[in-house]
Amino acid sequence: MAEANARPEDQPTRRDEQPAEAGDGTAAQPAARSGDRSGARSGDRPARLEVHDVAKSFGAVAAVQGVSFPLYPGEAHALVGENGAGKSTIVKMLAGVHRPDTGTLRVDGVDVDFGGPGDAKAAGIAVIYQEPTLFPDLSVAENIAMGNQPLTKLRQLDRKAMNANAERLFRRLGVPLDPARPARGLSIADQQLVEIAKALSSEARVLIMDEPTAALSAVEVERLFSVVRSLRDEGAAIMFISHRFEEITALCERVTIMRDGKHVATELVADLSVDDMIRRMVGRDLSALFPKQDVDPGEVVLEVEGLSREGVFKDISFSVRSGEIVALAGLVGAGRSEVMQAVFGVDPYDTGTVKLHGRRLKKGSPRAAMAAGMALVPEDRRQQGLVMELSIERNVTLPRARKLARLGLLFGGSERAHAHTWTQKLQTKLGRLSDAVGTLSGGNQQKVVLAKWLATGPKLLIVDEPTRGIDVGTKAEVHRLMSSLAADGLAVVMVSSELPEVLGMADRVVVLREGRVAARLERAEATEESVMYAAMGQEVAA
Amino acid sequence: MSDRVATLRSRLTSWDSIIVVLTVLVLVVASFSVDNFGTSRNFTFMVLDLLPIILIALPMTMIIVTGEIDLSVASTLGLTSSMMGWLWNQGLSIESIIPLCIVIGAVCGVVNGFLITGLGLPSLAVTIGTLALYRGLAFVVLGDGAVADFPFDYTGWVTGTIGGGAVPNVLILIVALALIFGIVQHATPFGRSLYAIGANAQAAHFSGIRVARTKFWLYVVSGAVAGLVGVLWTLRYASARADNGAGLELAVVAAVLLGGVSIFGGKGSLPGVLAGVVLLTALQNALRLEDVSGQALNIVTGTLLVLSVLLPNVTTAVRGNWQRRKLRQAAATR
Ligand SMILES: Nc1ncnc2c1ncn2[C@@H]1O[C@H](COP(=O)(O)OP(=O)(O)OP(=O)(O)O)[C@@H](O)[C@H]1O
Ligand SMILES: [Mg+2]
Repeated sequence: MAEANARPEDQPTRRDEQPAEAGDGTAAQPAARSGDRSGARSGDRPARLEVHDVAKSFGAVAAVQGVSFPLYPGEAHALVGENGAGKSTIVKMLAGVHRPDTGTLRVDGVDVDFGGPGDAKAAGIAVIYQEPTLFPDLSVAENIAMGNQPLTKLRQLDRKAMNANAERLFRRLGVPLDPARPARGLSIADQQLVEIAKALSSEARVLIMDEPTAALSAVEVERLFSVVRSLRDEGAAIMFISHRFEEITALCERVTIMRDGKHVATELVADLSVDDMIRRMVGRDLSALFPKQDVDPGEVVLEVEGLSREGVFKDISFSVRSGEIVALAGLVGAGRSEVMQAVFGVDPYDTGTVKLHGRRLKKGSPRAAMAAGMALVPEDRRQQGLVMELSIERNVTLPRARKLARLGLLFGGSERAHAHTWTQKLQTKLGRLSDAVGTLSGGNQQKVVLAKWLATGPKLLIVDEPTRGIDVGTKAEVHRLMSSLAADGLAVVMVSSELPEVLGMADRVVVLREGRVAARLERAEATEESVMYAAMGQEVAA
Repeated sequence: MSDRVATLRSRLTSWDSIIVVLTVLVLVVASFSVDNFGTSRNFTFMVLDLLPIILIALPMTMIIVTGEIDLSVASTLGLTSSMMGWLWNQGLSIESIIPLCIVIGAVCGVVNGFLITGLGLPSLAVTIGTLALYRGLAFVVLGDGAVADFPFDYTGWVTGTIGGGAVPNVLILIVALALIFGIVQHATPFGRSLYAIGANAQAAHFSGIRVARTKFWLYVVSGAVAGLVGVLWTLRYASARADNGAGLELAVVAAVLLGGVSIFGGKGSLPGVLAGVVLLTALQNALRLEDVSGQALNIVTGTLLVLSVLLPNVTTAVRGNWQRRKLRQAAATR
C-alpha cells in the first residue's frame, strides 16, 4: 500500500540493471534522444514495439502529431500528458482501433498496418482501454474469455474452463469477484479490474494500460503492480498511462511526455523529478496538491441515519455541515458509491432516513433530491454521468433545462452561455460546444460531468471520484474550486479512492468497510495509516 | 469562421437535410413530368392520404427517439373506428362521440404504457400483442359490417377545402399539430429529455429525468392521436369498419425511419420525419398516377427504406477514407 505513494528513491532499483549507457547524458541531450532513439538503443536491445512519427487527426482536431517512442521488452514505459494531449489516441492506434493518418508502427522491427483490433491482438498486444467496455449481459468470466473462448470437445463453450480461468486471474489480482455474475451493475473499479484480468489472460507480449488505476485504491493498485512487474520480468513490454505520478515513479523505467498531441521528450524516469515531468507536460510550474482552506462549519445540511440496504450496506449514519467536506473512504467494493446513490435517490434503500436541512427527503427520487438542492457527480461517466451521443452543451444543461427555459421554451442562447461559463471554469479542452461529448478525451469528459452538476448551484454536492482521469493541473483547480465553494457554504460529500486527495481535502473522513462504517476520523486523526487500517480491518495488523 | 463552415457542412450532409432536399426534388420533378400531379384536386387527395401517417408519426417519432416503439397504433385506429360506428348506432351525438373516441385511444395507450413502464416489458413485444388485441376487439364490437350514415357536415369537412379553394381543411389540423409536436420535441426540457432517455436511460435517470413516467405519457398521447385519426379516417370514407387502417403502422414506422430517426433511439428530428412522410406519399401518388402496380409501389417503398438505413453509413465511411487519403498524400509530399 505504501508502494503506490513511494518516492523514486524508495524504489527497488531495477534501473540499476540497465545497460550502462542508460545514464549517458540522457538528461543533457533530450532532443537528440527523442529525435533518433533507434540508433542509441538498437545495439543491445531492439524495441519490441516502436511508434514512429505517427499522426492522427479527427476532422479539424490534430490529436497526435509526429510522435515517436520505443517500447522495450522487460521495461515499463509511462506515457504522460495533460487531458486531451493524445495519449488515448496513441493507445487506440496501437490497439488497431484507429489507423494512423501518417507514420508507422513497428513490431520487432517490422512495419505493421493493423486493419482492426484483431490484428493488434494477433501481434501479441493486449490493451486495457481508459473506459471499460464490458458486455453487460455476459458473465464476468465470459467477458474475460471474449475473443478466445475455450471450447469443449463437442465445440461448445467450455464454461467450466472459463470460470476456472477467471477465478485464477482474480486470485492473482486479489479480486473478490464472482466469475459467474453478470457484468451489469459492476462498479467502475470492478469493471476496470475485469478489464485488467481480460488483458492479462491473453499472455500478451505487449501490455498497454490506459489509466487502469484511475478508480482503484492503493491496495488494488499495489496488487496490479505486482502482477505487472512479474509480467515485465518475464519479458513483456509494458505501456502505462496515469495522472498519478507516484504510480509512474513506482512502476516505470522510462517515460514519454506529450503536450498538445506532440512529443516533448522520452527519458528515463530516474533522470527526472516529478516536478520536471509536470513542468515539461504543462509547460509551466504547478503545485500538484491544493489543501482545503479551513472553514467554520455552519448548520447541518445532510443527515443520514441508519441507512440500510439488504446485502449492500448496513446502518450507515453521518452528517455534513455547510462549509464542510466529508470524505467517504474505503476499498473498492466497500459500498461508498452505493450509499451515496441511495442518498441521492437513484437507488432504493430499505430502512433509515435521509434529511436535507432537517426535512426528510422522498425515497428513490433524484428529482426530489435535486429540488432540495442536492447534486451527484457519479463515478461512471460513461454510463451514469453523460449521454455520449449528445453535445457537450446538451449534457451540461440536462439537469438545468427546466430552469433555463423561458415560458417553458428553450432557445439556444441561454443554454450555450450557461454551458460555456461552466466548461471554461473547469478548463475543459474542447472544440465546439455542439460536438458530441463522446469525442472529448476521458479527463475532459470528467470535467463536463463536474460542470454539469456544479452549474446546478447545489447546497449539497456529492462527488464520486471527482478527479478520476483528470490531469494534475486541473486536479488542483478542481480542488481549489471545491474548497472555495465550501467556503461559500456548500456542503460536500466526497467519495475518493485516492488517499492524498482524501487527506488533503477532507475535514472529516468516514471509512466504510464491507458496507458498514468502520471509523470516523477528524482531520487531525486522518493519516494514511489510520484510514487504511480502518478500511482493511484486521488484514493490516499482520 | 471555419467552425461555422464545419457546422454548416455537417448539417448539410446530415440525413435529415438530405431527405428534405430529396423530397423537394421529387415534388418538383413530379409536378413537371407526371400528368395531373400538380393539380389542386390531386393535392387535396395527397393531403388526405398523408393525414393519418403524418399525425400518427408525430408521437411515434418521440417514442422511437426514446428507444421504444408502438406498433399498436393502426389497431387502436381500427378499434376507435369500430367504437365510433357502434356508439353512433346507440344514438349518441357525434359531438360527444368524437371526444369519447379520443379517450378510448388514450386508454389503449394507457394499457401499453402500463405494460411497458409499469411491468417493464419490452415495447416491441407488448405492442405486437396489443396490435392483435385491439384489432380483435374492433371486430368484436362491429363484426364484418360497416356503419356509414355519419352526418355530412362532418364527413364533408374532412374531405373539403377551405372556402372551396385549393387548401384542404385538414391541412390546418396537420400544420397545427405538427407545430405543437415540433416545438415540444425540439424546444422544451421535455423534448430534450427524450433524446437523453433514448441515448442513455441510466444517465437520464441520474440527471433527474423520470424515464418511466415520460415513456408512459408518450404512449398515452400516441393512443389519443391514433384515436383522433380513427375518427378522421371514419369520416373521410364515411365508413366505420373494424379493419380500417390495417397495416398503417408499418407505413408510419417506415416514414419515421426514412426521416432519419434512429431505431436505436437518441437521434432524429421532426422536420426530417415530415419530409419522410411527404416523400413516401408523393412518390406513391406519382407512381400511381403513372399506373404503376401496387407491388411495384411496395418495392419502391422498401428500397427507399433500406437506402435510408444504408446511405448515412456509406457517406461517413467515404468521407473518412477521403480525408485519410488526403492526409497521407500531404505527408508524402512534405
Ligand atoms: N473520436 C474522436 N473524435 C473527435 N475528436 C477526438 C476523438 N477522439 C479523441 N479526440 C480528440 O483528440 C484529442 C486527444 O484525445 P485523447 O483521448 O487522446 O487524450 P488523452 O491524452 O487520452 O486525455 P485524457 O488524459 O483526458 O484521457 C482531444 O482533443 C480529443 O477531443
Ligand atoms: Mg485518455
